[in-house]
Amino acid sequence: MARPRPEPMQVVKQRRDAALNALVHEVPYIQFLGIEFERRGDELTGLLNFDEKLIGNPYLPAIHGGVTAAFLETTSIITLSWSYLWPEIESGAIDLEQMAAGDLPRLPRTIGFTIEYLRSGLPRDAYARATVTRAGRRYASVLVEAWQDNRDKLFAQASGRFLMPPRDGPDGG
Amino acid sequence: MVDKAKLARQFIEAIPHCRALGMVLTEIGDGMARIEMPYDGKLVGDPKTGVVHGGAVSAIMDTCCGAAVMSHPSAPDSTATIDLRIDYMRGATPGQTIVTTAHCYHITRNVAFVRAKAVDDDTGRPVATAAGSFTVEKR
Repeated sequence: MARPRPEPMQVVKQRRDAALNALVHEVPYIQFLGIEFERRGDELTGLLNFDEKLIGNPYLPAIHGGVTAAFLETTSIITLSWSYLWPEIESGAIDLEQMAAGDLPRLPRTIGFTIEYLRSGLPRDAYARATVTRAGRRYASVLVEAWQDNRDKLFAQASGRFLMPPRDGPDGG
Repeated sequence: MVDKAKLARQFIEAIPHCRALGMVLTEIGDGMARIEMPYDGKLVGDPKTGVVHGGAVSAIMDTCCGAAVMSHPSAPDSTATIDLRIDYMRGATPGQTIVTTAHCYHITRNVAFVRAKAVDDDTGRPVATAAGSFTVEKR
């Protein structure tokens, strides 16, 4: 049994990074907050680059709770979109050039988001990772956690409910 | 007597992130707060439609809830969010100001409970609602 020869590494990397870049860089609010994503295979880590404009309590000082919420929600949506789009990115069904030009596929929409603040967000970079706990045809659920200095000391955790975009199909999804 | 409402207003307006998002506190007192956020291109979450990102709605909700706690008659000196749940009913109409109102409807020695609502020009159809609990900090 001969298996097909694996694709060259740079082809694989270029395709995946181009798709991720398009998802993240075409959204003004993600750029405004300074959120980026690091990728290891299909695993994503959100990175919130610290900036003075993210401060919510100038006396402590601490990151604004709304920024933390936005960071966790963004990490959830990007992670969910990423896992939802992954098969089409890998199969080549998605036109990456179109995507890079700002023509993004329809993405999940947030139904609800519940966040718990465990520690105050320190004035430095923060990281977040999300897990899709249910990926249904219409609804999806995501858990997400964020940390700064120590991976084991979360400063916030959240769960989100999302409405998936309609799938193309005979019944319109 | 310390004017808690004035203090709260100054506190909100001194927050860098609230200034960065263009938030304006238009009403505060007795555990109620109202904050407005004019439409701006940098808040957009969906470049195709121009709809504001849910995260920006979270930011204004969180601020408005905190302001409501600060303005409660038995007011704490400071507060921090313990948890916040936000439900999104629809995308805010591009170009319109988002207006949030929050009410601190119960407060104990340690915890304040708050509800909030966000609307745009079509005030009859909420954009989002929120419910949360906040710490009560005494000096």
